[in-house]
Amino acid sequence: MVNGLPAVTALLPVLLLAATGLALLLVDTIRPDARSNTSMAVVGAFGSLAALAAAVWLTASGGVSPDGGAVLLFADAVKVDTMALFFTAIFASVTALVLVAAHDYFHDHANPAAFYSLVTFAATGMALLAVANSLAVVFVALEMVSLPSYVLVAYLKQNRGSVEAGLKYFLVGALSSAIFLFGISLVYAATGSLILADIASASVEGVTGVLGVGVVMMIGGVAFKTASVPFHFWAPEAYEGAPAPVSAFLSSASKAAGFVVAFRVFTEAFPVEMAVSANVNWMLAFAILAAVTMTLGNFAAAVQEEVKRMLAYSSIGHAGYALIGVAALTVDGPANGTVMGAAMAHLLVYGFMNTGAFLFVAMAERWGVGRTFEDYAGLARRAPVASTAMAVFMFSLAGLPPFAGFFSKYFLFQAAIDNGFVWLAGLGAINSVVSLYYYSRVVKALWLDDPESSSALDAIDVRPTALYAAVVFAAVATVLLLPGFGPVIETAEAAASALF
Amino acid sequence: MILEALMAAAFAGALTVFLAPDEWAGRLAFAISLIPFVGSLYLWSGFEAGGNALLGGDIAYATQIEWLEVGGRSVSWFVGLDGISLPLFVLTTFLVPLAILSAWTPVDTRQSQFYGLMLFMEANLLGVFAALDFFLWFIFWEAVLVPMYFLIGIWGGPRRKYAAIKFFVYTNAASLLMFIGFMSLVFALGDSVSSFALPEIAQAIAAGDLSAWFGIAPDRIAMVAFLAMFLGFAVKVPIVPFHTWLPDAHVQAPTPASVLLAGVLLKMGTYALLRFNFTMLPEQASMLAVPIAAIAVISVIYGAMLALAQKDLKRIVAYSSVSSMGYVILGLIVFTEYGVGGATFQMVAHGLISGLMFMAVGVIYNTTHTRMVGDMAGMADRMPVTVGILIAGAFGYMGLPLMAGFAGEFFIFVGSLSAPALPYAPVFTALAMFGIVIVAGYLLSAMQSTLFGPFELETDYEVGPAAFHDVAPLAVLLVAIIVLGVAPDIFFEMIRDAALPVVEGVTING
Repeated sequence: MVNGLPAVTALLPVLLLAATGLALLLVDTIRPDARSNTSMAVVGAFGSLAALAAAVWLTASGGVSPDGGAVLLFADAVKVDTMALFFTAIFASVTALVLVAAHDYFHDHANPAAFYSLVTFAATGMALLAVANSLAVVFVALEMVSLPSYVLVAYLKQNRGSVEAGLKYFLVGALSSAIFLFGISLVYAATGSLILADIASASVEGVTGVLGVGVVMMIGGVAFKTASVPFHFWAPEAYEGAPAPVSAFLSSASKAAGFVVAFRVFTEAFPVEMAVSANVNWMLAFAILAAVTMTLGNFAAAVQEEVKRMLAYSSIGHAGYALIGVAALTVDGPANGTVMGAAMAHLLVYGFMNTGAFLFVAMAERWGVGRTFEDYAGLARRAPVASTAMAVFMFSLAGLPPFAGFFSKYFLFQAAIDNGFVWLAGLGAINSVVSLYYYSRVVKALWLDDPESSSALDAIDVRPTALYAAVVFAAVATVLLLPGFGPVIETAEAAASALF
Repeated sequence: MILEALMAAAFAGALTVFLAPDEWAGRLAFAISLIPFVGSLYLWSGFEAGGNALLGGDIAYATQIEWLEVGGRSVSWFVGLDGISLPLFVLTTFLVPLAILSAWTPVDTRQSQFYGLMLFMEANLLGVFAALDFFLWFIFWEAVLVPMYFLIGIWGGPRRKYAAIKFFVYTNAASLLMFIGFMSLVFALGDSVSSFALPEIAQAIAAGDLSAWFGIAPDRIAMVAFLAMFLGFAVKVPIVPFHTWLPDAHVQAPTPASVLLAGVLLKMGTYALLRFNFTMLPEQASMLAVPIAAIAVISVIYGAMLALAQKDLKRIVAYSSVSSMGYVILGLIVFTEYGVGGATFQMVAHGLISGLMFMAVGVIYNTTHTRMVGDMAGMADRMPVTVGILIAGAFGYMGLPLMAGFAGEFFIFVGSLSAPALPYAPVFTALAMFGIVIVAGYLLSAMQSTLFGPFELETDYEVGPAAFHDVAPLAVLLVAIIVLGVAPDIFFEMIRDAALPVVEGVTING
């Protein structure tokens, strides 16, 4: 442990997020008036930035244990390693951006306190999910993410779309949680353990059928959280109906949380060798899901008329890319660690560019301009800085240089090729080309199209400073992650390689 | 670190201008764009490198800093200049301030964004010519498209959106093809290269390190890669039949963007062809010498014929660029000292001349609001200086001796007449030479009807001489064209030095 501090220091990022959530409740008790909005945003942002700093510090100080390995706590139920810290950094960054943006989005909301604390508690759940080393902790943490998320989607309770989206999200979520839990129980029945490493070492002779059904059910749970086929259909509804900062939070952080489950559970509890020998080939399942998810997401995004809905489908498409991280694993694959690390790096970059894109939508909602591409026409005239940021997000999501999305996608596809999955990389490249079409539609609307009428832009009469700050910060991060991609990919690859 | 400083100045300038108020964005941008120009003159004066950067020659002003690693190969910030890239580097820094000056009159909305994008494009163009690492180069290469897309799409003519999107889609699809082609080469090189540095890759290919990949024989990979890269760059150049985006983009683009599009962006295509296809895969190039030379000659003749059929002055100049780029391809494919050297020289010469032509047409359009040949006549009467320079530029285009265009074309023809690597070389050369006649035909007839005779133009406003800051860049360009025509050696010597290793790399098969 760093400097001989107690081992529990490794949980510092998780504890900081939890403490921030509690502190937010405290602020609300002390100052239960409208002015508390600002103080809550400040407390929330500082708390999540502190968690981010803690995660970065623990990673940079040479891992969390003296030998660079993982710290095991609470009878092995919790395992803090570089991968957990990497994902915690993603969660904390997205949380900070969303909380800052929320300051302006909920400026006239009667009771914003619930929003800030729910987001922070969901983030705590995600951070806990990243360190979960036992299926029981995985499930509890997953619920800890899901329950606040349902409320957040339905947060605008006067708004029918928001409530409807919340209900849909809840129904699909409850169903998939049940399936996931049932999968856990079947795995427990087959192996007699909940600790990931013990599952891997258990003898499964004669019960591979039970194990197989359990694994498939757990894939369902992961598919729900990551918004992948076949549990993707809640995503467009939920993202569209939810307040845009919540959509940003769900599509960036919550999705990454689903991937940390997939990356850890499937490599530690059901290692690739065991999957092949026990004939529970989850890699093939993920490969099919990845191919279908990215294709469906991209082609569905291409025909949307509303920007938010297009972003929702694009988010499904990106889930498909990130699934390559588990789909392209093979027994003794030369690039197993590389491909998973590349998927992690992609999720980090995605965390900034996608959050930024949704926060731009939040800004448009704040201004009161409409939802369709046409409604965005000519926005660049009134808001050139924010529109520049949006152009950066769109080109980066499409994977165009000179933005970080180019490297994160390229590294992912290259690693897939190195591991022998040329077809998956090729499909990803084709999908990227398709995605350029619908992403550039946003840029075209913002910059090239003329507003429908000269008064159409008059709605933009406010400058939401905090939203601007969040959007610009996300854009700067999206650009700077290109020159700074080296340390990111190295950390991610080292973290992922430790799992094999 | 001078190269980095110049690029950083352009980047920082772009950001500054973007945030500056519209009123003085133009003047600020012009002032900032002089920094890279002066800097590049300094680079030129101190330039001493010999040989080709890719084939083991000296690399001037080189910096190589490890950036990151992908698939066991390192990507680095690797920039430097040799005799081929330095002239193009100087051309870019020279044209951008002039293009910015030419924007003062026509660009009257969202100026700070316009000039910011111009400087942003300059920074990336400099990066394209200086980068010696594939990834770095590709990032700059793609980054050039983004500002050009906005420049055409926001400040362009009536069909600007269509033109901008067509440009973006064509060139991006081409980039993807080229990227895949180059990557297949890198994969086939396997462990014999440890980085994406272009010199290392070029030398490994020359040493015969290509090996089979996924069961495909190395020869076949090299051929597929050559074709993929050739098609990718052909769109950019453009070569017939991939030229259809060019007239749309040119006609719709605002004048300053046209100047950079014709002056520098098209050269990116020929520069990349020279660097990648002809330097790295000379064997494949000489195998395909006849079809490529045929395409080059078709580009020359067909482009000129298309120009002959146009009524729009800007379209005429645009199509004649297709024709001129055909000469460059012909010069490259013959693989002789004068052919390759002349082609590189012609890149610079054409950059200056086409820049001048677009700018002059733009100045006339600012005043008359029309570019149609039939709409006006006798412009020489009202705008004597502008018209005088336009005529001089047109003669430069036709290859008048002692002007840069003559030197470039002359070198190419000298090189291609006796090219051992190209069968029927004299036939191809003679056919291409015929293109000059057509050029003279359409330029003279267009000028005859628009510039001379009694003044004729239906307007309700005064048509008078252009402002000083409109004419000054034209004069500067004309001087540069004449200087380069009188003393081609100021560039040609270093170009020839860098082109020779490329020529020596080709094994002549019959």
